[in-house]
Amino acid sequence: MGPVTQANSFYRNLYGWFDSWLPDSLDWLAYLLAALVVVFAVANLVLVITILFTWVERRLLGRFQARLGPNRWGPWGVLQPIADAIKLLSKEDIRPEGVDRWVFNIAPVLLFVPAVLVFAVIPLGKNTYVANLNIGILFIIAVSAVSTLAIFMAGWASGNRYSLFGAARGVAQLISYEVPMVLSVVGVILLAGSLSLVDLVEAQDIPFLLLQPLGFIIFFLASSAEMNRTPFDLVEAESEIVAGYLTEYSGMKFGLFQLAEFAAPFGASAIMATLFLKGWEGPVLPSHLWFFLKVCLLWFLFLWLRATLPRLRVDQIMGFAWKLLFPLGVLNIFVTAAEVLAWPDPSTAQLWTMAGINWGVAIGSLVVASRLAGNKLTSRPPLAPMHGKGGRPLGERG
Amino acid sequence: MLEDYFRQYGLIAVFIAVAVALPTSLLLLSWALSLARIRPHKPNPVKSSPYECGMEIIGSRWVRFNFRYYTFALLFVVFDVETVFLYPWAVYFKQLGLFALIEMLVFVLILMVAWAYAWRNKALEWR
Repeated sequence: MGPVTQANSFYRNLYGWFDSWLPDSLDWLAYLLAALVVVFAVANLVLVITILFTWVERRLLGRFQARLGPNRWGPWGVLQPIADAIKLLSKEDIRPEGVDRWVFNIAPVLLFVPAVLVFAVIPLGKNTYVANLNIGILFIIAVSAVSTLAIFMAGWASGNRYSLFGAARGVAQLISYEVPMVLSVVGVILLAGSLSLVDLVEAQDIPFLLLQPLGFIIFFLASSAEMNRTPFDLVEAESEIVAGYLTEYSGMKFGLFQLAEFAAPFGASAIMATLFLKGWEGPVLPSHLWFFLKVCLLWFLFLWLRATLPRLRVDQIMGFAWKLLFPLGVLNIFVTAAEVLAWPDPSTAQLWTMAGINWGVAIGSLVVASRLAGNKLTSRPPLAPMHGKGGRPLGERG
Repeated sequence: MLEDYFRQYGLIAVFIAVAVALPTSLLLLSWALSLARIRPHKPNPVKSSPYECGMEIIGSRWVRFNFRYYTFALLFVVFDVETVFLYPWAVYFKQLGLFALIEMLVFVLILMVAWAYAWRNKALEWR
């Protein structure tokens, strides 16, 4: 075993145990068994926490909207997710005529895979991860981009107009927010000088939230859009296109889409806790608990955003990504690069100066950008007069 | 060192296998329930027609979509390739120093000119 594998206590102990009673010629089997046990444990842990959080999310959304939320099954409704699972499993699986059968069936699986797979490289505690890739954050970005493909497959294969509209909107939105999200991470990499998530956590003398406020805000908003949650949920806008790419799905396939959609904020919170909040590190409490607490905090922020804001229009969403988040992301990279150049090995005082400058830049640039852009960011021709042909303003031909 | 490298990717491969197996097994379980006649399966022509708010479908199921989507796809390709260059640059920035900063500034400025051009030509508007 090499040094990287050696550091992973989670996996090393299991491998040692399997290796102790298997013959020497079966080393590969010990490796495979240990890997399977670790991976199975992590994947199921992610699912169980996600399922619990569907209940938490629905209860809290109920509170936000001055109603009760699910409260019938078990104490305070804790068993609601189990009831949901049983219901979804026993529902009729309707396959409408004209669907592309294979693509229609593969799409829910393909959306589910990246939602779980990001946890392969996220450290869940000290020395607790499945793999410590030296390209960790790049792996996460590459894997989570697959969900775009899954959404388009689902919309295209359904053979339904609303599905196709939802999928086309979804792809346009996901690729637009991909760019600022990827740019916002560069600031963190500049400070740490590594792509491995374990190195990124260990490089944080003070949490990168203090050093990268602009990066944090961009990443938070962009990943919220990547998950199609409410302020950005055009993909499945019920009042316009029924349920978007989900329209023709029912039964367990619908359940898989929902599960993937609920697992996505968990993944995004875990990535943000690692990149910006020092991951597992913290005083007194065990490292796993610290990580979980940080994830819960960020998860609540996502939920808060969802419960508070109404849905945006298409032109507002696209304008927000390309005209505001993208230039701010580029600005953040060069401000950080200049600071790293000035202080390659910063002392504590220099770190705090850096934090002060970056907060100034973040607040200043946000104020200036929103003043400059203001309503012009999403300007639209005035509404058509009622007598205009086909609802279009007279004399206006786009 | 090399062995270590492959061990990490082996774990990722196992993770991908498990991540595919979990949802597939759920779908298979649901299918097994239909074999045991717990899950109903009663298709009829109305139920299996594509959903369109209860109306009968008019015209083709396949519709043309807005040309706007292509301009956004083009912009995405340009600026996502930019990030491909930014990542290795960011990792080795401390070793490379001032030269790398100016070099990247020139590269990104050229791209920002393209971005401003796209904005001026209303490629970023959605109508």
